[in-house]
Amino acid sequence: MATKTYREALNEALREEMHRDPDVFIIGEEVGKFEGSYRVTQGLLKEFGPMRVKDAPISETAIIGSGVGAAMLGLRPVVEIMTINFILVGIDQVVSNAAKISYMFGGRAKVPLVIRTPGGGGHQLGAQHSQSLEHWFAHIPGMKVVAPTTPMEAKGMLKASIRDDNPVLFLENLALYNLRGDVPDGEYEVPLGRADIKREGEDISIIAHSRSVQLALQAAEKLEQDGVSAEVVDVRSLRPLDRETIVGSVRKTNRAVTVEEGWMSYGIGAEIAATLVDEAFDYLDAPIKRVAGREVPMPYSKVLERAAIPSADDVVAAAREALA
Amino acid sequence: MKVRTEKKEQLLDFYRQMMLIRRFEEKAAQLYTQAYIGGYCHLNVGEEATVVGALSALGPDDYVVSNYREHGHALTLGSDPGAVMAELLGKETGVSRGRGGSMHLFDPEHRLYGGYGIVGGQIPLAVGMAMAVQYRGQDRVVMCLFGEGATNIGAFHESLNMAKVYRLPVLFLCVNNQYAMGSTPNEASAVPEMVTKALAYDMPAEQVDGMDLLEVRDATLRNVEQIRETGEPRFLEAITYRFRGHSMADAGRYRTQEELRRWQERDPINTFVRYLEDEGVLTQELREQIDASVEEEVERATQFAMDSPAPDVADLYKYVYAEDGQQ
Repeated sequence: MATKTYREALNEALREEMHRDPDVFIIGEEVGKFEGSYRVTQGLLKEFGPMRVKDAPISETAIIGSGVGAAMLGLRPVVEIMTINFILVGIDQVVSNAAKISYMFGGRAKVPLVIRTPGGGGHQLGAQHSQSLEHWFAHIPGMKVVAPTTPMEAKGMLKASIRDDNPVLFLENLALYNLRGDVPDGEYEVPLGRADIKREGEDISIIAHSRSVQLALQAAEKLEQDGVSAEVVDVRSLRPLDRETIVGSVRKTNRAVTVEEGWMSYGIGAEIAATLVDEAFDYLDAPIKRVAGREVPMPYSKVLERAAIPSADDVVAAAREALA
Repeated sequence: MKVRTEKKEQLLDFYRQMMLIRRFEEKAAQLYTQAYIGGYCHLNVGEEATVVGALSALGPDDYVVSNYREHGHALTLGSDPGAVMAELLGKETGVSRGRGGSMHLFDPEHRLYGGYGIVGGQIPLAVGMAMAVQYRGQDRVVMCLFGEGATNIGAFHESLNMAKVYRLPVLFLCVNNQYAMGSTPNEASAVPEMVTKALAYDMPAEQVDGMDLLEVRDATLRNVEQIRETGEPRFLEAITYRFRGHSMADAGRYRTQEELRRWQERDPINTFVRYLEDEGVLTQELREQIDASVEEEVERATQFAMDSPAPDVADLYKYVYAEDGQQ
């Protein structure tokens, strides 16, 4: 076991998978010579050459679409989209092609494609570079959407995503890249489709994904000082959603708060709350509270941005309401 | 037309294939009006010379990616007409197991890697397939078919640029049938000739008379050979015309009967028949024989499709995700 950053863990996963399987290649903007906008692909061009680490023109449609085409012939492309905001330029290729090809061709084709992309705000990048749009893709049958929160998961889930025969949107986050954590030595995978209890508790379940899990953990610390035992459920996989683990936690704690950085309307919290109403209605002792980003385009000003993004205090406040 | 080196049998087979498309599509139109076929249904009638001329020029290992007007493409590549018709009828025995329909034929055994329904959305896939060919050092060409309307969408331009930047073995085949639904190139495109757009990407590009099978075939053979030699993409624009509407739901108010009649005078099948007769390849008797066998083949295909079972509703969720090892 060694301590590594989330970024290093991703880099290691890519390197190991490229050594293991000659069909794995990387394509994206600035992934080669520039070594990755967020340095996730550092050193890989030198090690594997330009055929396997392809610098692409600024053409999200062609980048994603060519990844789909290569995957249909059995390669395992790992597409890097610089941030999730830019995926909108090529969204037709994700939704109409990657997600549909297996089904609309009667299972005669498959698309083993990974799209890695960071989402979220908090870096004063303004309205067009700070969005959380992962649930758009989690809405689409045929897609898998995962969001690891620790370096250990980043490595294990990226490996599992590359080995999966389906298109996977692999969500990263700028604020997580420098996060340090233990990463096991040697070969392992973290299976897709399973939530993880990041902290056990008795009184309330805080359900979050990606960077919001950190807010949930910070909130749980604060709540503990008040004698409240909060359980933190890391969703980890938005599609398929591990409803069983989420419902199981709330059946135990009888209260729930959801946390997401994206906007509340039609969001992930809404999906989880509906699931809990369906499957844990009789266990709920209080209304489910949702914490989410304020419904504004992300402002640039630091004070406004801070006001627009959920904080650990927001989570604590929501939990107290649910506990009142 | 030039004097040909093709063997008599091959020329007759081209005639047979064009007739198969024509009769198959006429049958599809009939089944559509009888509500056996639902949704959209786009026909290749009028484009037979382009379809057969281009696809017959490919080698046995080359790949094809197409759009939603692709019944004839599947038939020319060798898909079983019964399985194609069954797909149109939404049957389990269809080439896409009834999940795709008219716009989404898929038959990898015959190198058809799909018909796609979003205009231009298939073009990046062809680039990726060519990327795989290059990655594996194979001697294969990817032919990507699209209409002239697709040259106005971003996916087209990104794909041509990327194919050239990576030097990929793609033949971009623009089937210019004069109409994107009701819009002409003059109305919708800054340049009336689509080849001009390929030149912007430093890609060798030429136009060919899409109503003349042998012209299309020659041009395609030449371009495919060049792609094999250089590994670089090329662009071919076939000038053709669809005799039917954009889809079956099309009143055709955007064009005159006079225009349609003028193009029909150049019906690609009649033109080819005249050539075959002049060359002494096709006799009246032979023609009747071929026509009868085509009629019979379409009838058999239709019967097969009609008799085939619909998919089992219990399988509604099957194929949303690929299971391990499935292909």
